[in-house]
Amino acid sequence: MAARKTTAKKPNVSGDELKQYYRDMLLIRRFEEKAGQLYGMGLIGGFCHLYIGQEAVVVGLEATAKENDKRITTYRDHGHMLACGMDPKGVMAELTGRQDGYSKGKGGSMHMFSKEKHFYGGHGIVGANVPLGAGLAFADKYRGNDNVTYTYFGDGAANQGQVYETFNMAALWQLPVVFVIENNQYAMGTSQERSTSTQDIYKRGEAFGIPGEMVDGMNVLSVKEAGEKAVAHCRAGKGPYILEIKTYRYRGHSMSDPAKYRTREEVQKMREERDPIEQARDMLLTGKHASEEDLKAIDKEIKEIVNASAEFAKDSPEPALDELWTDIYAKEVPQGEAV
Amino acid sequence: MTMIEALRSAMDVMLARDERVVIFGEDVGYFGGVFRCTQGLQKKYGEERVFDTPINESAIAGMAIGMAAQGMRPCAEIQFADYMYPAYDQITQEAARIRHRSNGDFTCPLTIRMPTGGGIYGGQTHSQSPEALFTHVAGLKVVQPSTPYDAKGLLIASIEDPDPVIFLEPKRLYNGPFDGDHTATSQGWAQHPAGDVPEEYYRIDLGKASVRREGAALTILAYGTMVFVAERAVRDTGVDAEIIDLRTLLPLDLETIRASVEKTGRCLVLHEATRTSGFGGELIAEVQEACFWHLEAPIVRVTGWDAPYPHAQEWDYFPGPKRAARGIARVMEA
Repeated sequence: MAARKTTAKKPNVSGDELKQYYRDMLLIRRFEEKAGQLYGMGLIGGFCHLYIGQEAVVVGLEATAKENDKRITTYRDHGHMLACGMDPKGVMAELTGRQDGYSKGKGGSMHMFSKEKHFYGGHGIVGANVPLGAGLAFADKYRGNDNVTYTYFGDGAANQGQVYETFNMAALWQLPVVFVIENNQYAMGTSQERSTSTQDIYKRGEAFGIPGEMVDGMNVLSVKEAGEKAVAHCRAGKGPYILEIKTYRYRGHSMSDPAKYRTREEVQKMREERDPIEQARDMLLTGKHASEEDLKAIDKEIKEIVNASAEFAKDSPEPALDELWTDIYAKEVPQGEAV
Repeated sequence: MTMIEALRSAMDVMLARDERVVIFGEDVGYFGGVFRCTQGLQKKYGEERVFDTPINESAIAGMAIGMAAQGMRPCAEIQFADYMYPAYDQITQEAARIRHRSNGDFTCPLTIRMPTGGGIYGGQTHSQSPEALFTHVAGLKVVQPSTPYDAKGLLIASIEDPDPVIFLEPKRLYNGPFDGDHTATSQGWAQHPAGDVPEEYYRIDLGKASVRREGAALTILAYGTMVFVAERAVRDTGVDAEIIDLRTLLPLDLETIRASVEKTGRCLVLHEATRTSGFGGELIAEVQEACFWHLEAPIVRVTGWDAPYPHAQEWDYFPGPKRAARGIARVMEA
């Protein structure tokens, strides 16, 4: 099988579709900026990993999904939730640890789920979600449908042993899973060069007979095009597919990361030359798919949604004390006589 | 020194003294560790001795075991104790047993450091206290300091120890003492006597507890952050308690515990970890076996609830000074 690099092509989608992608990416960007603000105000505590810069990855892939496809990801998960249609209010309220959050405050930033949207979670442990993704795909294959599971993980997780155990099984059993490696080039504070023996991670699938390709993750259309090919492969019963999507996170690994392991210029250059939202904006304007006024209207709509989610997340009550003990077992198991 | 600086100083001293020592883990080299414990060490000792690994807990532990079997003194970091589970197989089935099953031909003098415990809004994957998973394993030693001074002396002793040591660092104490009152202003180690840490080599032997407060009314057994919670609860209640900081959980300093409980006749056990099958259960069993005829009241434990560590309700979960005070009252009233 050939492993090749995908290059950005001319828009192969309608103006309305492109506008939708622009809107979805902007929603993620503005939502994450707001989350960063709420963190700064002390309304969000603990760990919070922002998706800013990586928006084209999940938006481009969601554009290839159909009803009942599954998705599962790591702890940098807010974008995935918004892109699959989860309610920004519920996501933000989980970030603030409130009763109306998706996990009623039990999970926080890294651990949210939606049965309705077939979102099987953010997961806090690096690489741990990858075998789960293959299991989700197994269940669909077992049931004889053509659903696909998008299993997202990062360049850091790509060195986890369980990823390769999963590759082998997914190929052995021809599971309909798209392994999406969101390669933002830094595993927390350690660059890919410092941690990874070979730089083209997608090529590792060759050892298992899994086709793969490298994708420009800063261009939403490139992502969508590659995603369509991968998904078609899976739906046709040909087994798993690997997409290594080269992307970039503008912010630190988490809110407490000063990101001293890379230069300010490197980040600035990426923002100026490759920003996925700006690229979509340019395509909309030059293709005359949207006017400046149209885009302003989208900006305004997004701002209102995000502000409403923040207000909702601030106003939602703290979870009741009893929530500490709910959903540990199907039926409550009595605690010892504790002081 | 802060506890972070004290740990760094211990590694610095050992890197300088013993060329068999190497330090490695995720983000440990170039970046200096997520909690900065290894900051500057790669620059000082080079990439051959202080280096980054990929995100591979299982192989970090496994490689360390191989190095140790060859006579090196690896000191590896698992970034959070919550990340150690992939390494648990290596730690329990390889590190802990290689001496025994090779009839002493090969040994495993390694140290695995890992930040443990809650109090930093880490939620369920960055707050766990898995000490009982290690104390249950014959062949391991398990250490948890509560001050910078102890952290340095114990880490040096751990690196020098001929057996595998799991070194649990209470991360809430990295930058200052914490008595469980999260509304109070954070304190640094600069004002605390145990923040006074010598630059040079010294060691605190494993297996020796420390009596942090002498008292006659009851014995409180604690380790890590809960030592400060105990001190606070004792101040709040005015009960003349003896507080023992275990420092090493395995091997346990039963002599110090026994002497104290025989004197006081009462015992309270504190830990952050969940209650059922927690290390407190072991402590209570040991105390009642050793001191049954001296006990005047049932032994009580105050622990984390039997629930996953929460994101939103950290201070309802964390066994703070109010619960510890209730525990004291329960032991004293019986």
